[in-house]
Amino acid sequence: MLNNVLEWVEDRTGAVSGVKHFLYEEIPGSSGWHQVLGSVAMFCFLVQIVTGILLGLNYAPTTPDAHTSLRFILTELTGGRLMRGLHHWGAAMMIVVVVLHMVQTFLWGSYKKPREATWMLGVVLLLLTLGFGLTGYLLPWDNRAYWGTVVTTQITAKAPLAGPYILHLMGSDDGQIGVQTFARFYSAHVLLLPPLMMLLIGLHVFLVRRHGVAPAPVETTPTKKFFPGQVFKDTVAIFIMFSILFALAALVRVPLGKIADPTDSTYIPRPEWYFLFLFQLLKFFEGPLEIIGSMVLPGVAVGLLFATPFLDRGAAVKLRQRTFAFGIVFLAGIGWGGLTLAAMRSTPHKEPWQSYTAEEAAAVGSFRLAQCWQCHGVIPGDNKAGPNLADIAVHEERDALVAHFKKNAANSGLKDIQLRQLAAFMRKLDDESVVGIATAPIPVVSGAQLYMKINCGVCHNINGAGGKSGPPLNGVAKRRERAWLETHFLDPQKLSPGTIMPPYNFDHTEMANMVAYMETLKD
Amino acid sequence: MVEEKIEQRRGFLVGSITAMMGAITAALGIPALGYLLVPAREKKRQSWIEAADLTKLNVNQPEQIIFQRVRRDGWKLVTEKAAAWVVKTGEKEVVAFSPVCTHLGCAVSWNAGDKAFVCPCHTSSFSTEGKVLGGPAPRSLDRFDVRVDGIKVMLGEVKQSAEG
Repeated sequence: MLNNVLEWVEDRTGAVSGVKHFLYEEIPGSSGWHQVLGSVAMFCFLVQIVTGILLGLNYAPTTPDAHTSLRFILTELTGGRLMRGLHHWGAAMMIVVVVLHMVQTFLWGSYKKPREATWMLGVVLLLLTLGFGLTGYLLPWDNRAYWGTVVTTQITAKAPLAGPYILHLMGSDDGQIGVQTFARFYSAHVLLLPPLMMLLIGLHVFLVRRHGVAPAPVETTPTKKFFPGQVFKDTVAIFIMFSILFALAALVRVPLGKIADPTDSTYIPRPEWYFLFLFQLLKFFEGPLEIIGSMVLPGVAVGLLFATPFLDRGAAVKLRQRTFAFGIVFLAGIGWGGLTLAAMRSTPHKEPWQSYTAEEAAAVGSFRLAQCWQCHGVIPGDNKAGPNLADIAVHEERDALVAHFKKNAANSGLKDIQLRQLAAFMRKLDDESVVGIATAPIPVVSGAQLYMKINCGVCHNINGAGGKSGPPLNGVAKRRERAWLETHFLDPQKLSPGTIMPPYNFDHTEMANMVAYMETLKD
Repeated sequence: MVEEKIEQRRGFLVGSITAMMGAITAALGIPALGYLLVPAREKKRQSWIEAADLTKLNVNQPEQIIFQRVRRDGWKLVTEKAAAWVVKTGEKEVVAFSPVCTHLGCAVSWNAGDKAFVCPCHTSSFSTEGKVLGGPAPRSLDRFDVRVDGIKVMLGEVKQSAEG
């Protein structure tokens, strides 16, 4: 029966002999583990297609619904976090594998005649992979996505002559990014790049087949068949890659931050790790020289990659004799690693609670006082009787939440206003801010509670919330010493004559907490 | 002997390839099925909406009521208009039917002449109790949960009617 079907398919389409031809291709006897990376890269792309489509089924590609719908995927859907994790880490994995594939081809000299076109297509595929990363970065529409993309668009805007046109193409005429930029990045990510990528992967594979798998300079063993020996090696490599990817997706959470806020001046934009080296490179070129870092050097690098097969036209030699190639890879690795490391070191670390407004920091105090943690975990995996706040989004209305607090923490001693503020805080929680509930230091929280109690926020502003008649307190830790702060609280006139700030006669603990809070306001 | 070894090795390789590809497919496929088929976690909550004034209803005379409700639509909360056919059945008793025909979802309306709810699509008709009088409809009209609070008629969620 099966044989009859196969015969029919073969007779009418030739598919069976086609697959056989593909599987039983002759490959050099020297083929082996070093040649598995192309298959792994292709498999990475397949995982991106599958997870991308799954995410797309529940994703609204407009601002600000993009953020809301992704949050829905993460907090409401079974396996939503896993799918997003696979797509996010899959992108990183794909870039790693594509680069490794290229390094292998380079070291072995497999780009040499007649495989120049295969190599150049490979360079295009690397650029497309980076294009996927660049356009996909904006799609969660959180602060990280927004500010990262602002920097990207601004860099391209500086291109000589073409700058304004590129910026216009990216839908960002006034330097701001909004619905148009978003629509274009999204379209590029799901409409333009995937078919282009598939087409070029097809061509790339076609060329590999046309010229055959690159042999060693001297083949000592007879040729063999692609299947099953080499397919087995490819599959093992794919399996190892997928296991690492799956573990990353399941164990390392990719936080969805606060929804993109163009007015948030406290956010420190950073690109994704694989672009950090470029980001760092820009720091070395000041003023008019910047173009060297943003355009010239990357342009030269890509140009050199394309030209590699024509610059090195020598006959194929053994791997051990390719010291020059090893040297180049080594130097490139050092350069990339050094720049990336420097960029990571220069990224100021900000604890999630350092972005809290005073009201939010004080709400953490209420959360602890009411012992909400008895039932609710705030860290992924810390599951208790009630829903884990790190896994869900709180949709309940404010009044319903206050009623919930009164019922379940009747003896907390919290006032209604504090309960309402706690409710407001719960409704605003995101993957990043929720962590602060567990990590905000006790003196800081106590200081913030005192700050709220005596209404400092009427005049002063912290992280965007509060009045404007007094000096904003972000950065006060850099401007003032501890002793100055203490004296100023007790007797403001002594240090700032004429100020309208009233004196505060804090007791020892109050002063310690308040000053501890002020000292965390570094920027 | 040598050929047997080669055959064994080939069997091992093909078996391993199948097993590894199967494991990957399962690791992707099973969560994907959960992602696609398990309903969203957010639970529906009963919220009562004041929809009608009891004193303005006449006994056994269906009245179409249009009211505003907030519905969770995937990742969005939407405020939308909704309709119900409300029938006062006693001094303090009211039933409210969903206007959705149980056949294929067209909107039914009250035909005073025939004393029946009639569907414009495939001529299903329903009595004032919501029972099927004719046409292809498989079951009675669905009913809203109803609470009468003084003179206020409050509507809750729609409950699916029993078969037949």
